[in-house]
Amino acid sequence: MFSSRVIPTRRVVPVLVLLSMILTGCAGLPPTLLPASFDARVIFNLTMVTFGIATVVFVVVEGILIYSAIRFSRRTSEGLPKQVEGNTRLEIAWTLAPAIVLAIVYVLSIQALRSVAYQPSTSSGAGDTSQALHVRVIGHQWWWEFDYPDLHIVTANEMHVPEGAVVNLDVESVDVIHSYWVPQLGGKIDAIPGRVNHTWFRAAQAGTYHGQCAEFCGVEHADMRLDAVVEMPDRFQAWVEGQQAPVAQMTGDAAKGEQVFMTGSCVACHTIDGTQALGKVGPNLTHFASRQVFAGGVLDNTPQNLAQWLADPQKVKPGNLMPNLHLTQAQIDELVAFVASLK
Amino acid sequence: MATTTEALSSPRRYETGILKWLTATNHKNIGILYLVTSFVFFIVGGVEALLIRLQLGAPNNTLLSPEVYNQIFTMHGTTMIFLFAMPILIGFGNYLVPLMIGARDMAFPRLNQLSYWMFLFGGLLMYSSFLLGGAPDAGWFAYAPLTGAQFSQTHGMDFWALGIILMGLGSTVGAINFIVTILNMRAPGMTFFRMPLFVWQMLVTTFLILFAIPSLTVDAILLFLGRNFGAPFYVASQGGDPLLWQHLFWFFGHPEVYVLILPAFGIISEVMPVFSRKPIFGYGAIVYSGIAIGFLGFSVWAHHMFAVGLDPVADAVFSADSMIIAVPTSIKIFNWIATMWGGKINFKAPLLFAVGFIAMFIIGGLSGVSLAVVPIDFQVEDTYFVVAHLHYVLFGGTVFAIFSGIFYWFPKATGRLLDDRLGKWQFWIMFAGFNLTFFPMHILGLLGMPRRIYTYGSGLGWDTWNLIETVGAFIVVVAIMIFLWNLYASLRGGSIAGNDPWDGQTLEWTTTSPPPAYNFAVIPNVHSRRPFWEQKYPRTLREKTASPGPVAQQEAHSAIELPEGSFNPVVVAAGLLIASFGLIYAAWLVVVLGVGVVFTGIVGWVREPR
Repeated sequence: MFSSRVIPTRRVVPVLVLLSMILTGCAGLPPTLLPASFDARVIFNLTMVTFGIATVVFVVVEGILIYSAIRFSRRTSEGLPKQVEGNTRLEIAWTLAPAIVLAIVYVLSIQALRSVAYQPSTSSGAGDTSQALHVRVIGHQWWWEFDYPDLHIVTANEMHVPEGAVVNLDVESVDVIHSYWVPQLGGKIDAIPGRVNHTWFRAAQAGTYHGQCAEFCGVEHADMRLDAVVEMPDRFQAWVEGQQAPVAQMTGDAAKGEQVFMTGSCVACHTIDGTQALGKVGPNLTHFASRQVFAGGVLDNTPQNLAQWLADPQKVKPGNLMPNLHLTQAQIDELVAFVASLK
Repeated sequence: MATTTEALSSPRRYETGILKWLTATNHKNIGILYLVTSFVFFIVGGVEALLIRLQLGAPNNTLLSPEVYNQIFTMHGTTMIFLFAMPILIGFGNYLVPLMIGARDMAFPRLNQLSYWMFLFGGLLMYSSFLLGGAPDAGWFAYAPLTGAQFSQTHGMDFWALGIILMGLGSTVGAINFIVTILNMRAPGMTFFRMPLFVWQMLVTTFLILFAIPSLTVDAILLFLGRNFGAPFYVASQGGDPLLWQHLFWFFGHPEVYVLILPAFGIISEVMPVFSRKPIFGYGAIVYSGIAIGFLGFSVWAHHMFAVGLDPVADAVFSADSMIIAVPTSIKIFNWIATMWGGKINFKAPLLFAVGFIAMFIIGGLSGVSLAVVPIDFQVEDTYFVVAHLHYVLFGGTVFAIFSGIFYWFPKATGRLLDDRLGKWQFWIMFAGFNLTFFPMHILGLLGMPRRIYTYGSGLGWDTWNLIETVGAFIVVVAIMIFLWNLYASLRGGSIAGNDPWDGQTLEWTTTSPPPAYNFAVIPNVHSRRPFWEQKYPRTLREKTASPGPVAQQEAHSAIELPEGSFNPVVVAAGLLIASFGLIYAAWLVVVLGVGVVFTGIVGWVREPR
């Protein structure tokens, strides 16, 4: 007869492996996890508290489970254990215990929800809303449009905002459901056709933050990315002025490219402010050269990438709405020169 | 007794071969059909999962094109939910419920047959789309308006919608069958509070199916009308609303989660006491918490929709309801642990899988509570954190419970034991592979990796975790291979189980392994929650609910009524399949033909002797 108090090692080893796996998984926070806006911080803190509580519950309950599985294990089937059918007090206790823990989590979560969902009022010191920036975020298959109605700026894939100001977002879609999400700046909100959803954030730290469409939206859902560029107010002001400036006079190859652009099918889909290009299907290209990325945030804005894209957009990003225009190499070079001049 | 045995041979038509299965109306044969079919779909869905993992194993991978990837992940989800998890649990129910309540069959054997064939044909209809121009590609959740004709131009979503409608109707009538069976066909003396807990959880589950699935069926009908006849239910520009889809879908979708987990709870609630050699701890608590989960399950659907822009007050209410569900769930976990406590545990494979289930389900429950916290959900919804959560619940939970149930009841169904040693190897390998695959997904979700993306760039800190997950997925494959080998070897030459290999407590262990078509020569009288245990250990029985004493014996000598085999339900299901193909291709003559076949089947069915 084996002593029941000896814990067989072959049962313990896998348990230890699991525990160490879980612990290493939690160690070391990567930079993408660090919140960069005030409401992202609220969510981050709440997440850490909740996970902390969950870890305690995990250790206690799994501990009891593993202990009882090992402790009462028998190698013989002789004799019957005491036939216990229940214990009302115990059962009331383990009904109340999770209820209390959950109530605590719930109260914390509602506090956080209030501060995330409702924008701080002008009277509170949390942010100067008179300086609030209004941006329409419009989801397209598969790129993001950013429209600053008060500043008369329309751009794509790259949203510039000043540090410290409240940014109000109206999130819309022209086709299917998308979801706007920049993890370090806060939670996501869906872009739903026929609706205008509102959210807001206040960036706490300058930097470029990666975002991505979070609702499955078709073939290129994976390649519908965006960058949120948080800048100091003076640099943001400079960006605004740059975007508001009229398009410069083109010379040389760029002028030839402009000719190709304006006489070809490009104008059917793209807008360049102050010209006859008024298409609304694709991104507004007025200050294309000022952007770091294009094609839904997938490609760096370099002449080589642009040339590749123009040669066959379907090869670079299969399924996107820009067809292969079968341009000649000369036309491609001239178009690259043209859009590279749209500073 | 002689007259009885003579009557037993009545369903004499087709005892072997394909016709036996085609005409099967016996609940055990239909149960086996469900179990085998859904396990085949599990393998298919698993291959799809491996393709997903291969594609995501490295950044910027080009193994699968985005079009193919989207079809694969759509069919992986659809398969695992509708063609594997739900039907395999229905299969357990089919096989076990009549045995456990001391009945000879389900209340409506031919309706039961119809349910199975509608499930099979619905699944085949969906899978035929791979050969007919493209599979569904808008996700198993199929959010409008991406599913509309404008955005999804292959017939894939038509196949999906009609497949869902076929399977949905099949499970709805199946649910009615279970409810009637459990309410009306219990053996004498088996009161509600003497029913085995698996039967209780099946009762709650089938009520959930009855009220939830029609919501999905309606959703799919509206989708089909929209795609093919221009009905604008989900088109915002024509006065419809894309969110209508989501509300109808999740009104089905969340109860569906409990449809997939409550029968698993039932399996665990049978396995824990038998292998601890004790009664279940807190029978009443497990019953009532199951009922509570059933009701609450209908009041939490919008927690899948926190990011659609609901009012924060609505978010807060749905969040509260979602958290409250964690209470009855915790109660069950504590009850199972307490069942082991003080027991004399016989650590066989079924129990190992059951303990693994509890261990993994705890993690799924904790991540679930985190997701019910609205602000956390704003961040992690639609990320790999959710993928981790749902797999801890449905794989760590349901699949582990299913294996527990397979190891536990395989000897009853086949007369042979599965190899216990191989079972334990399978468990530990599956346990390791499962955690390697799915635990890192929590981290990836927190790192901002969205779901349903066919590729990702490098330099986001996602590469290593994804590679680990892919390796883990292949470790799971090893475990499944071991199981398949075990299945094969045990069917050929496994040790003979006998009637009662585990020292069981419930009625199914009183009959032979495998049980005869009529289950019990004499319908048993039930005096307690553990009718078989009571026979074996009369002195240990201290249950308050036990009422020794004579119960009416009227069943004992009456003739045994068994349904005959039938083709008609298969004809009805086949007619619906034909009509579905006709609808997809707008071939109205085919639709008329299909309806004609359905009608023929119904007429034949009505004219059958009993």
